[in-house]
Amino acid sequence: MSATLDRVDAQALFRYALRLGDLSLVLGQRLGEWVGHAPALEEDLGLANIALDLIGQARLLLTYAGEVEGRGRGEDEIAFLREHGEYLNAILVEQPNGDFGQTIVRQVLIDAFQLELYERMATSTDERLAAIAAKSVKEIRYHLRYSSGWLVRLGDGTEDSHARVQSALETLWPYTVELFAEDELDRTMADHGVAPRLSDVQVAWVRRIDEILAEATLKRPRDRPHSWHGKRGQHSEHLGYILAEMQHLQRTYPGARW
Amino acid sequence: MYTQALDVQGSDVASLDEGALEQRFLARVDAEEKIEPKDWMPARYRNTLIRQISQHAHSEIVGMLPEGNWISRAPTLQRKAILIAKVQDEGGHGAYLYSAAETLGVSRDQLVDQLLSGKAKYSSIFNYPTPTWADVGAIGWLVDGAAIMNQIPLCRCSYGPYARAMVRVCREESFHQRQGYDLMMHLAQGTPEQKRMAQEALNRWWWPAVMMFGPSDANSTHSGESQRWKIKRFSNDELRQKFVDFTVPQAKFLDLAIPDPLLRWDEAKKQHVFGPIDWTEFDQVLKGNGPCNAERLAARRKAHAAGAWVRDAASAYAEKQRQRTATLAA
Amino acid sequence: MSTPIDDSRQWPLYEVFVRARGGLDHKHVGSLHAADARMAIDHARDLYTRRLEGISIWVVPSKDITASDPAETDSLFEPARDKIYRHPTFYEIPDEVKTL
Repeated sequence: MSATLDRVDAQALFRYALRLGDLSLVLGQRLGEWVGHAPALEEDLGLANIALDLIGQARLLLTYAGEVEGRGRGEDEIAFLREHGEYLNAILVEQPNGDFGQTIVRQVLIDAFQLELYERMATSTDERLAAIAAKSVKEIRYHLRYSSGWLVRLGDGTEDSHARVQSALETLWPYTVELFAEDELDRTMADHGVAPRLSDVQVAWVRRIDEILAEATLKRPRDRPHSWHGKRGQHSEHLGYILAEMQHLQRTYPGARW
Repeated sequence: MYTQALDVQGSDVASLDEGALEQRFLARVDAEEKIEPKDWMPARYRNTLIRQISQHAHSEIVGMLPEGNWISRAPTLQRKAILIAKVQDEGGHGAYLYSAAETLGVSRDQLVDQLLSGKAKYSSIFNYPTPTWADVGAIGWLVDGAAIMNQIPLCRCSYGPYARAMVRVCREESFHQRQGYDLMMHLAQGTPEQKRMAQEALNRWWWPAVMMFGPSDANSTHSGESQRWKIKRFSNDELRQKFVDFTVPQAKFLDLAIPDPLLRWDEAKKQHVFGPIDWTEFDQVLKGNGPCNAERLAARRKAHAAGAWVRDAASAYAEKQRQRTATLAA
Repeated sequence: MSTPIDDSRQWPLYEVFVRARGGLDHKHVGSLHAADARMAIDHARDLYTRRLEGISIWVVPSKDITASDPAETDSLFEPARDKIYRHPTFYEIPDEVKTL
């Protein structure tokens, strides 16, 4: 149990752990769709490796969420049996894979976010989140190396590849706004030292992304106002389909052990 | 190393005639010496190996699909993780095997082209569908089980790179079989619906797994030579018998029935006797008329075609980097 | 229907060497295709060190490796056999000197 529970409301900590866990869960789920269909055998392995790490992060975070909640729910009950509005991932990760370029763009945006977030969370006042963050940072550094390496190759590859990833960047950029939109929950977590200030994370993220985009010869899209609230359980149409597939067996055979 | 020296092959050995070279080669094989990429080898040995290794590689790659399509629907996070890891391993095995094949003078792109154009064969087992979660377990238990039977002897095959690749593969494969059996066990010991799911999957996969060992020895064309060259160390029937003898007790433990009414233990022979195999089905599937042949190949072709722009971009970038480095050095 | 092979766009072959643990040599573990060296390292990590099998990876384009020719094995390696003074067993050490 977290040492900060008497300071932070358990319900708030629960929801915050869900935000982190669901982000990893849904993105891991999306990457799993690539296996056997990637541009080269080696990329099947590369994407599968990231998917595996993300599912691992989801397991740790959702298990912790269940403990904090205190109603006896384990990682699977939380992962597979919640209602649509109870998933708290940012919208960006539920966006379709698209082509390899779009998947790589989405991956770079999230990897840079997770890296800046978890590097700072390794010193969280919440011991468990600190430990999870410290472990995850090592994996995420590799994810970003992989995804940014590819973004540079595609951005600075052929005219066709450049056009494709620039277009994917334009499409996905609006969803990054939500990552840094600080709400009551984010403020509470920052106030208690559980999580870093999102504004600090954003500054670091922008710096990293600008560096990568420059090397990839890509233009940072203009910021446009955006009002997605996946973090508050209001999702795009995509999540419904993702959950239908993911939850199918658990829903069809309630109570069964696998 | 391999690719470089193949044009040098003929020059220094021209002094010895083919017959003497072949004798020396056979003596090395008999002495359990490993043949390495630059060693002299009969053309037929080389071609047989290219065919066998590449078929094996193609099978691993195509095999990622029937299981991969259950990743998004795995019923727990742990099963999801295990399945991703398994499919990743299979891709890795394909890569090791393509790599071993390339030491014989063929390129990966040529091999992939053969697969996608339908010229190359791959294990017929992956042309069967995985309609339920239990099929994932059946594949791990039976298909990987059969594969292990085939692969362990190959760890001692005469060709060095293939033997070494097989050692790697075998280490990872036993984890796959255990996971598949564990999955089946949970189903067999679960709810009545789960047990039925497991039984139906066993019904679907038993005969295809038994057929994985290939035609009966009497009807097997390449066997003699392959055994002489220590590329194949046991006959199809020997391995098949071993597989049946191992697997029957495993099914019994799960309280699942093997779909063979003629299956029985023969006390005198100390082995199981089993029913006749329907080779017409095997031939059809091998010819490309199996339930999923078209789908599997279509999926691989689509992935390959859809990825062309990515591969091209990577090559273009690498070329740009080379030129930039050259310019800096100048 | 097959995608025609454009050889100029093929990702070159790299040989991979992995040092499993501190104190050991790098060992040749196989090959892989990559467009550039950094990708080769990433691929090697994903392919050859999935089960924590290594702490250091070297990748070398296959075309940059020079190998001895097995047909010359005799001339390259045999001479050492007559040069027996390279092997410790040639020297007869008196029993009194046990630690050598």
